[in-house]
Amino acid sequence: MKHILTIGGRQFRSYFNGPVAYIVICIVMLTLGFFFWKTFFLFGRASAREMFRWLGLILVFALPALTMGLLAEEKRTGTIELLITMPVTEAQVILGKFVGVLGLYAVLLALTLPYPMSVATLGDLDWGPVWGGYLGLLLQGSALLAIGLMASSWTDNQLIALFVALTLSVFFWVLDKFLALLPTNAASALEWLSFDYHFQSMARGVLDLRDILFFLSVTIVALAAAFRALESRRWS
Amino acid sequence: MSDVMIEARDLTKHYGTVTALKNATFEVNRGEVVGFLGPNGAGKTTTMKILTCFVAPSAGTARVAGADIFEDPIAVREAIGYLPESTPLYTEMLVLEYLEFAGKMRGLTGEGLRARLRKVVEETSLGDVIGKSIGELSKGFRQRVGLAQALIHEPPVLILDEPMSGLDPNQAAEIRELIREIGRERTIILSTHNLAEVQVTCGRVLIISRGQLVADDTPEELAARAGKPRFIATVQRNGQSPTDISEVFSKIGDAQSVKERDGSAPNELVVEVVPKGNQDLRADIFQAAVGAGLILVGLEQRGENLEDIFRQLTTGGAGAEP
Repeated sequence: MKHILTIGGRQFRSYFNGPVAYIVICIVMLTLGFFFWKTFFLFGRASAREMFRWLGLILVFALPALTMGLLAEEKRTGTIELLITMPVTEAQVILGKFVGVLGLYAVLLALTLPYPMSVATLGDLDWGPVWGGYLGLLLQGSALLAIGLMASSWTDNQLIALFVALTLSVFFWVLDKFLALLPTNAASALEWLSFDYHFQSMARGVLDLRDILFFLSVTIVALAAAFRALESRRWS
Repeated sequence: MSDVMIEARDLTKHYGTVTALKNATFEVNRGEVVGFLGPNGAGKTTTMKILTCFVAPSAGTARVAGADIFEDPIAVREAIGYLPESTPLYTEMLVLEYLEFAGKMRGLTGEGLRARLRKVVEETSLGDVIGKSIGELSKGFRQRVGLAQALIHEPPVLILDEPMSGLDPNQAAEIRELIREIGRERTIILSTHNLAEVQVTCGRVLIISRGQLVADDTPEELAARAGKPRFIATVQRNGQSPTDISEVFSKIGDAQSVKERDGSAPNELVVEVVPKGNQDLRADIFQAAVGAGLILVGLEQRGENLEDIFRQLTTGGAGAEP
């Protein structure tokens, strides 16, 4: 556990030594601000629903940029060799990396808190869906970050990691957008695999264990795949 | 614990169809500084990656400080301080930050960590750059940071992959001195393709070629095994032609071959005499010079150097002319 936190802490701090974290945070905040305020006064409703709707989508595109370098860059520069030859297991390295980027993501989410807070000053805000929305963002974010980490474990090229992670993330987000074109059985199966379907249900303030388990399962599967990829190095 | 710190048994590694290492078997005892020598791609780095449990061998196994690389890789890594080839460090981190990280990963905390930090910073003379980011440092300083992180947990075994490559002669001399200092109490394996390095730093040499160990000896024994002594005489010319002078030394009974070349001073000629067997020809050379009225200003005995042996062993025994 201590090793996981040491690796995670180093990763977290190194984000702020480079430009990536600042760029991603700025872009997310600017896009969110634009889309949120554009329509907020038109609706004239004291609700943060729109914020979660937009944030859920923006993060699908933004989070792969945070994870692309996690392992790919360490492999390219060779620092992975020093990291792994310290007395740690591959699982601790993967979990440490995940904890590090999750910490940065938590900072990013905390920076959006002024939105519901300012909405609350304008009218009577129902905080239930807000906390549900944040839990949803956290869980969907975990899944996206784990997928990004997995993509980063497959290559030593950050851009390839970014591309693979983006493709997978957008794929899982878009799954429930074309359901009308499909037969009912396939539609409900695809809907169930869609990130947005589970996320939107949480953002409505409905806490369903199935949604939580869905995101946790995706996270675990992706982390396990990253672990396998890192470990396979030994036998290549 | 026995005195054998590293024990490699039949290490073999295939990458696809390429065999990087074939049946490498060797032992390294406590307190030895062993040079791992070979041309690029011979299998030095592969051996080191196997010993640090970064890759697994295709066949064979190894024990480091009594722990097996398959059964207890964590114990193996705990016993090793490792400096990989080309010193990969997190360039965005500060030197102190990085060493702290390395110490924590090695299980050090609090006052123990601070004490070790002070010690390694002093040992590697990093005091002046402790607050700089690693990316700003020169190659020599980066190498020292790499050594410092390898030393932070006082490992009994150090594995250094090309610790002196890419350094200018001054930096290399400093690092060499540092390694010699460190090596007094520790077992060290270092790889290099610089032969002079091995002769001054290492008590033992393992030469590896095309994945196979071809020699395991002290530098001196290797030299004695593979080569005859040579005698280098420097004489003043005083107007005589080079061929006349070498003629004088050719008459020595046990001399096999005599070669002459210009000396460093204009009036001097350097003559190299190789004996037929292992005879000491210094007395004969002196007498021959005196007999011919030549003034002998220098005379030394030289073993065949490591470079020649290295070339012989790693090019499939094709005779390298000294």
